[in-house]
Amino acid sequence: MATTAPALTPAASGYRSGLYEWLTTTDHKKIGILYVTNSFIFFFLGGLLALGVRTELAQPGLQFLADENLYNELFTMHGTVMIFLFIIPMLVGFGNYVVPLQIGAPDMAFPRINALSFWMLPLAGILLFLGFVTGGAAAAGWTSYSPLAQDRPLGSVGSGQDLWVVGLILIGTSSILGSINFLVTIFKMRAPGMTLFRMPILVWTVLVTSVLVLMATPVLTSALVMLFIDRNYGGSFFDPANGGNAVLWQNVFWFYSHPAVYIMVLPAMGMISEILPVFSRKPLFGYKAFVFATAGIGALGFSVWAHHMFTTGSVYLPFFSLMTFLIAVPTGVKMFNWIFTLFRGKLTFSTPLLFALGFLSMFLIGGINGAFSAAVPVDFALHDTYWVVAHLHYVLFGGSVFGVFAGVYFWFPKMTGRMLGEGLGKVQFVLMFIGFNLTFFPMHALGLAGMPRRIADYASDAGWNELNLAATVGGFLIAASVLPFLWNVFVSLRSGKPAGDDPWEGNTLEWATSSPPPPYNFDHLPEIRSERPVFDLRHGRAGSGH
Amino acid sequence: MTSDSHALTTTEHSPVAGLAHDASGGISNPILGMLLFITSEVMFFAGLFAAYFASRAAVAPWPPAEFEHTLEPFSLVFPATVMLVISSVTCQIGVNAIRRDDRAGFVRAIGLTLILGIVFLLIQVYDYGLLYSEGLTVAAGPYGTTYYTLTGFHGAHVFGGVIMLAVILYRGMAGQFSSRHHDAVEATSIYWHFVDVVWIGLYTTLYWLR
Repeated sequence: MATTAPALTPAASGYRSGLYEWLTTTDHKKIGILYVTNSFIFFFLGGLLALGVRTELAQPGLQFLADENLYNELFTMHGTVMIFLFIIPMLVGFGNYVVPLQIGAPDMAFPRINALSFWMLPLAGILLFLGFVTGGAAAAGWTSYSPLAQDRPLGSVGSGQDLWVVGLILIGTSSILGSINFLVTIFKMRAPGMTLFRMPILVWTVLVTSVLVLMATPVLTSALVMLFIDRNYGGSFFDPANGGNAVLWQNVFWFYSHPAVYIMVLPAMGMISEILPVFSRKPLFGYKAFVFATAGIGALGFSVWAHHMFTTGSVYLPFFSLMTFLIAVPTGVKMFNWIFTLFRGKLTFSTPLLFALGFLSMFLIGGINGAFSAAVPVDFALHDTYWVVAHLHYVLFGGSVFGVFAGVYFWFPKMTGRMLGEGLGKVQFVLMFIGFNLTFFPMHALGLAGMPRRIADYASDAGWNELNLAATVGGFLIAASVLPFLWNVFVSLRSGKPAGDDPWEGNTLEWATSSPPPPYNFDHLPEIRSERPVFDLRHGRAGSGH
Repeated sequence: MTSDSHALTTTEHSPVAGLAHDASGGISNPILGMLLFITSEVMFFAGLFAAYFASRAAVAPWPPAEFEHTLEPFSLVFPATVMLVISSVTCQIGVNAIRRDDRAGFVRAIGLTLILGIVFLLIQVYDYGLLYSEGLTVAAGPYGTTYYTLTGFHGAHVFGGVIMLAVILYRGMAGQFSSRHHDAVEATSIYWHFVDVVWIGLYTTLYWLR
């Protein structure tokens, strides 16, 4: 007896007006784009703060800033914004967008918490910057050492410091919630056939990063809370004048802030590890070694924090120096894996590969100058000099930022359905690469010549004038390089070349769906029998089974 | 791509594996999430404990002379501790009840847990008042600062747990839980046990170890 099947009326499209949709979305793809966009805004703000610093330092003498305290606010906010509002959320944003797609899931495990995690960030950013208009932003350095960070009159900073503390607590909470989301998603929502050792490397790096965020960030929260109590309730944690212990702050702070540097770089390494195989037409060399090296870096990262404190006299130097040298081993493993991925590959020098190569070369330099600092006697001479500023920028800018731009050029087509222009991309790369090296390479020499960090001014006969000027020129070149990027994004969004599903002949699952993907991500998943399911689909299984 | 409306792959496996009612086995997403959250909370308290032990090691005598007998293990905190431990037991009784669909038993047990939790908080607040009158304040040097920070944040976590208990009590009374569907109860009870264990650690450290 035939019965008419109920007519399949299409569900109400649920289409909400553009702005409302973006403000209330729980879709990981939109949230990822929100994260990336918000992070870029703070990148530009942090960059302006850096230009303020460099402008003042271009020549000896206090030319532009009213007083040294404003200078302190500039470098404090520059570091804080770049770390907490730019690089960490930027990588979270890429993870948010790409990870569910790469594991064949329809979304993150907790979509509403995902949205909450994002929206805490612009709020926290506003709180941090509010300091500038309420009597002075935080000005004790992003490391906020006591007693400088204590409330007046014992310390030297005002209410902007409290806004800084509260803002960072919010950001930390956002991070921790995000890490829980990533871990549950990765452990529980992989498509059938995707065993852990068939996951893309980006997913592995996000996994290890999330473990670091989960375990380390709460320790920062505890430090911030204790600082707040010191500043506002007469607490005695860190202020020596009140019976406290200033080195205690350093220990608790760096216990987080060292793993934080791996939080800031591991996902970028994951992105590079997706990009190099595609543009070399070769699988990643040493997949398993890479996974174990990443896990090793994550674990070892908890054992080195006191290398930021060698000169305090309160540190067991041999242990921390040894562990710091040891971390170079898994990092070196990864370096070789990347190099051997490229070796004898069929290379296509598109912009993503250029930025990836920039990452490899610049991160290598940062790793080498870091290895010097791991030696205690060297650090005794170079601690708190511009050598350290060179080191941190080579790994964070030369490393993570170049990795981010590689990711932008690689995944922009997937996110928007349009390609970014190659010509403008190459212009940006060249300007940024030259500008970056012009800014930060001289700082090696400045550090060796004894120029301390965090000074607004320097003696005109110290011999530091030319290098500072060069660094300032480089800084403005970096700023200039952002312009072709912005123009590229603007033009490409409107009239870029349509990307199609898979413009790069990618390896991983995000390329098995449309650009941009539908809200539920996949109409149909290919069979998953290796870490390169889309490659396998395209070429038939080449026997790279794990 | 095919127009096959059978979502995803050839095997009958939900891509959102890990939701409470998915039979694929293993821990559910919300419970895994709670366990991870508790891990992060353990690290938060670890930071506070580290500061406590560092302060204690750096200051002699500890306790300072004026507070030598202020924190007595058998003062008001003793019945409070006992109540919190009992509340963990009643909480688990509630979980076991809903696991066998005994909604009435669940409501009774969680209700009792909630009351015990609230009483614990009230005792804590009252005790703070007593300690303040004895001169132990937040600003009373490292001894006071660490005491109030540790116990205060623990109290805040108890307060959060009280809210969670109230929510699952309400939902339980509204009939939203069954033996097959009660993730929020499991997650809340795990959190409540964590809060209890932290208190045992605090009580031992602050009142016995001193």
